Amino acid sequence: MDTVMLYIIAAVLIAVSAVKDRDKTRKAVMKGLKSIEGILPQLIVVLIAIAVILSLFDAETISRYLGSGSGLFGVLIAGLVGAITLIPGFVAFPAAGELLRNGAGVLQVATFVSSLMMVGVVTLPMEIKYFGRRAAITRNAVAFAFSFAAALFVAWVVSL
Amino acid sequence: MNKVKSLIGRYRAVIIAGLALAALVVFMPELGPRVGMSLLEQGRTMLLVLPPIFLLLGLLDVWVPRETLMRFMGPGSGFKGLVLSFALGSAAAGPLYGAFPVAAVLMRKGASFSNILIFIGAWSTTKIPMLLFEMNALGVRFALARLAIDIPGIIIIALAIKTVVPKAEIERIYAAAATMDASTPRKS
Repeated sequence: MDTVMLYIIAAVLIAVSAVKDRDKTRKAVMKGLKSIEGILPQLIVVLIAIAVILSLFDAETISRYLGSGSGLFGVLIAGLVGAITLIPGFVAFPAAGELLRNGAGVLQVATFVSSLMMVGVVTLPMEIKYFGRRAAITRNAVAFAFSFAAALFVAWVVSL
Repeated sequence: MNKVKSLIGRYRAVIIAGLALAALVVFMPELGPRVGMSLLEQGRTMLLVLPPIFLLLGLLDVWVPRETLMRFMGPGSGFKGLVLSFALGSAAAGPLYGAFPVAAVLMRKGASFSNILIFIGAWSTTKIPMLLFEMNALGVRFALARLAIDIPGIIIIALAIKTVVPKAEIERIYAAAATMDASTPRKS
């Protein structure tokens, strides 16, 4: 859905740009295409890494470890799995909802969602390329720790 | 000949990952279908989401002058810059790796490091289009509670990074972002 919006916005802006200045528009499109090619190698590696990781942990394995009785260990697993995997939100949210309905704990699911969104181990090499080692590692480490705090808060609010 | 060589150099990691993937499928053929499905699914997402992001990025690069962006998101932009960075990141669609090239262009246009960090944080977790999805799947309470805690969280993470990364390193990151400019193809 949001992808369609994105295309509409891009198309409208390119049309406006082309009416205003054809040359500049051509330059903008060329720049865009060139930067796609620029990050293509890293993207393909990320793609392969995700495929391998997701094929090793499937939904049933994950839900077995994230039951509401899984306690602290389950929370830790949830955080780690979220940090390592990279699943787009429109797949992850329904899957997380399914986990909740199948008996996973709110705390575990919230930890998983938070670290999934904020921490990216697979994309770390890309992030380092843009932000340097120190900033990228700090961001991921602090975000990982924050995921647990955020999950505690979410679980508390949901239990109210 | 040289061009081919540099192409192979840039894609070396891809070749290695591809060989590792092939080895995995050969030794554990039962994983094959799942690996294939995931590759197709994720590849489709990338191919769908990235082109419009990069086209918008090209437009931003060509049309928005450095002075303008600096006024809105530069070091002196204050609270207004913070809100704008939040809004920009939250309005985004697509996975986090899509944010890195955008951040590089924003850096080149003079956005402050704090605002870049806020932007990355917002892109990672407070995306508005995704919020509706989350409410639907996990409940309104769950989604809104997460949003409420994520806003201070993003600021805390940004502050943590700023205290840990020395000034010289930030300058180096900005210099690197300038060379990642799409209009100057990397050395070949």
